Amino acid sequence: MSWKKALIPLACVPVIILLAYGFWTDPRAIPSPLVQKPAPHFKIAVFDGGDMSLDSLTGKPVVLNFWASWCYPACYEEAPLLESTWRKYKEQGLTMVGVAIQDKEANAREFMRRFNFTFPNGPDPGGKISIDYGVYGVPETFFIDRQGRIAYKHVGVLTPALLEANLRAILKGG
Amino acid sequence: MVLMGLAAMIPLAALAVSAVGLASPDPEDRVREIASGLRCVVCQNLSVADSPSELANEMRNLVRELVQQGKTPEEIKAYFQSRYGDFVLLEPPKRGFNLLVWGLPFVALLVGACGVYLVARRWTERREPTTPSVDPDLLERVRRELREREGSGRS
Repeated sequence: MSWKKALIPLACVPVIILLAYGFWTDPRAIPSPLVQKPAPHFKIAVFDGGDMSLDSLTGKPVVLNFWASWCYPACYEEAPLLESTWRKYKEQGLTMVGVAIQDKEANAREFMRRFNFTFPNGPDPGGKISIDYGVYGVPETFFIDRQGRIAYKHVGVLTPALLEANLRAILKGG
Repeated sequence: MVLMGLAAMIPLAALAVSAVGLASPDPEDRVREIASGLRCVVCQNLSVADSPSELANEMRNLVRELVQQGKTPEEIKAYFQSRYGDFVLLEPPKRGFNLLVWGLPFVALLVGACGVYLVARRWTERREPTTPSVDPDLLERVRRELREREGSGRS
């Protein structure tokens, strides 16, 4: 008879384990199915003129960053880091590309001017590129290796340590 | 009785109307149907059809384009699934860990029903009436006094 008394508390254990697992994970985070897969093709019209397409960057490591002038404070925190890292690594063969999503051109240009962006940036009219990359918020950053695969995707503000670590990884990869 | 019959017709009529809508050749209906099965990844409790966010608007436009290109609903959903993962489908695919979502409610219902049955059975079971034990000396004394009373009563 005593095992029946233990049944109810015992039955709670798998439920508690399931709830603990659920509370441990971020319900709003969407794990990307694109990591370790070939990076989707993109072509942007750079604000300063000309085009930038992924095809032209074959064999080069690329950091692709999605931002927006209305993305405050996250993109504002990240922008100086992106520009300084670009200046540090551009001589080592890195390409950095920024995509302004759901933004007005005037606001995007002002954002770029404010942070002295010298790497190429362009708009994403219709959101095709951001949907292709499974972007659901800003900022998001994709580290594309020399084989054209997405090595790592970061959602949210990049820290200097994360940016450097992933950058070195794609610069090194042969 | 007639009123009840008429009232019963209303949900059937609604069902017929919606079925016609689903089979409608109007592409906008197909767009809406497909968008209703996709999760808005910004307002994550709303479908792409219902969400007011800019991203949902862009996703709806993309669905419209893909429908115009002749893509099937399965192909369109598969595209979004390849970019955002299973989470973008409002109806989780029935495999792996997701089977818990589909199966748990039925399991819980079954366990609850068994529990109710067992408890109800215990509450309604009838016990054999047991005769209370009586002290034999007391019993003998009562019998003797009854006999004496009957004896004196007759006389």
